[in-house]
Amino acid sequence: MSDRILMKGNEAVGEAAVRSGCRLYFGYPITPASEIAEYMAYRLPQVNGTFIQAESELAASNMLYGAAAAGKYAMTASSSPGISLMQEAISYMAGAEVPALIVDAMRGGPGLGDIQAAQSDYFQLTKGGGHGDYHVIVFSPYTIQEVINIMPLAFQTAFRYRNPVVVAVDGLIGQMMEAVEFNYFTDPEEIPLPDWSLSGKFRHGNKKNVNTSLELDPDKLEAINWRLQGKYHEIEEKESRYDYVGVDNPETLVVAYGTVARLTISAVKKVLGEGKSIGLFRPVTLWPFPKAALAQKAKSAKRIVVLEMSAGQLIEDVKLYVYDPTKQYEFHGHPGGTTFTPSEIEQILRG
Amino acid sequence: MNEGALKVVVDEELCKQCELCVSICPVHVLQISSRINSKGFHPVEIFDNDKCISCGYCAMTCPERAIAVYKPEVERA
Amino acid sequence: MKVVYERPKTLEKVVNHYCPGCHHGILHALIAEVLDEMNLADKAVAVAPVGCAVLAYNYLDIDWIEAPHGRAVAIATGIKLAHPDLLVFTYQGDGDAASIGLAETMYGAIRGMNVTTFMYNNAIYGMTGGQMAPTTLIGMKTTTSPYGRDPKREGYPVKMAETIALQGGTAFSARSSLYNPRAITDTKKYIRHAFELQMAKAGYTFLEVVGTCPTNWGMTPVEASEFAKNELAKFYQLGVLKDVEGSEQK
Repeated sequence: MSDRILMKGNEAVGEAAVRSGCRLYFGYPITPASEIAEYMAYRLPQVNGTFIQAESELAASNMLYGAAAAGKYAMTASSSPGISLMQEAISYMAGAEVPALIVDAMRGGPGLGDIQAAQSDYFQLTKGGGHGDYHVIVFSPYTIQEVINIMPLAFQTAFRYRNPVVVAVDGLIGQMMEAVEFNYFTDPEEIPLPDWSLSGKFRHGNKKNVNTSLELDPDKLEAINWRLQGKYHEIEEKESRYDYVGVDNPETLVVAYGTVARLTISAVKKVLGEGKSIGLFRPVTLWPFPKAALAQKAKSAKRIVVLEMSAGQLIEDVKLYVYDPTKQYEFHGHPGGTTFTPSEIEQILRG
Repeated sequence: MNEGALKVVVDEELCKQCELCVSICPVHVLQISSRINSKGFHPVEIFDNDKCISCGYCAMTCPERAIAVYKPEVERA
Repeated sequence: MKVVYERPKTLEKVVNHYCPGCHHGILHALIAEVLDEMNLADKAVAVAPVGCAVLAYNYLDIDWIEAPHGRAVAIATGIKLAHPDLLVFTYQGDGDAASIGLAETMYGAIRGMNVTTFMYNNAIYGMTGGQMAPTTLIGMKTTTSPYGRDPKREGYPVKMAETIALQGGTAFSARSSLYNPRAITDTKKYIRHAFELQMAKAGYTFLEVVGTCPTNWGMTPVEASEFAKNELAKFYQLGVLKDVEGSEQK
């Protein structure tokens, strides 16, 4: 099971979902996420799963809503314009506490934008995206192996907190190939059906389950919202994840995630070799944002460099959580589907 | 007029006084009562139990399912 | 005394929120009766819409989910695929199923999903206060067609049962009403047939039920029932449009 195989990122997303115990996939084609759907259309029938090509992203995300409310590991995948259409279902699922998994292979926007890799869904994913006071949990893997490692965790986290989870990748991670290994295979029959599932009264003690995001009494809705905020607070405490490469107490702290972090890491290592006091802070969860860890790493830093494939979204959170006017903040972005080159990053880091 | 056990039994708290049952009754034995329920409606009542044929149309038509209908057992000789 | 009619067990004993005389309550009760008679209440999951029936989950003692506006059949699809042994049905209004959710409803039929849809057609948006529906009759005045629906301005009323009947995945499509005991009996017969076909995995089953909205039509409940019979059911003809078993064909 632990043989290394060469695999494309989008296919790894699918295979990791299957091995996590997911047997239900609902999708609608969109570049650069279509291969996830194609892989599932091929793979799921082999394991008695079901693939549905929905009539739209609206339908796909609501099929996911139904299947997840029925208590099963289920997923969809799309790219930025499709994710915008899914915000309706995501807001409802957050309100009704439904644990769904959504993969976003981000591309350039706004509007139709282009089909190249981008990170400009950051605000949409981390600040709620749809209407209402809510958060989805957002994982941001930077290699295909990390995609594979995160997928089972993403499903488990969704079910632990009854909350939608997004795995945010981009066109580059989806399209590249890497030698990877899978060291898990969960039998879906072994995943217990939650007692809140819509599965027929006979499956849960003959007492009816109702799943709704509606509460017409404003006092009760306020209480529900405060309870949800309590849940989000717990998630922030327990599920914030990050990675750090560099010296302790760096003078220059670089912050980047996903593909940009992958591009940055070799540049950071190179300038570390040149003796520079530098470190790369990589949020693995974009929400909850690993704010305490970032504040800690940033203490000694005089210069904070934020690199992102967007026009200044990540830097807003960095400034929010490391609020210090004596520090120098630097933003460098590629907001149209182009990426940093390694030499460009090295030049930025050398200052 | 209403001797013996009633053939039409109304759960007065459920009734919303829509009168669909009154209008559908083929033998015209239902009427709106002068009583008032906690929602402010005057619930329907049977006023001629003998004439009632226990057809059940009132119950079928009632959107609140506030009506139960019974039929006396036929007495055998 | 022999019982002619008692409240079905699966119909929760609560006062519903519907206006006096609204036919939604009749349709709820008929579904509850069929669930009881077929012994399916503990194997059923229903999908509530956005619209007047948004709180339907308070009225039947089965599992429920409240869907985003129009997405009921998509939600039902997800539930059915998660648990294919269940009876899954959507309870929707004309705006939910035939306007904002037209694509989702159509794809239930196109895909041949083993779920059942009940579409309550009263030719108006009730919950939002009497706006024009996709099913509003030509000439009918609503708050958003205040001069009467003119096809040149507002387009034509949609005939859903006929449209659904044309799709390959449809096992059963019919239209019925609730304005008198005969119509109510037919509706109940169709509900049962739809559920039987669903459990036999025959495909998508669709029942359009012509009902009333006394409040927004500005009529008494009795007048509204007459209007449903004499006007709505004249344009929206009652009967079976498609039945893969053929036995119900008129």
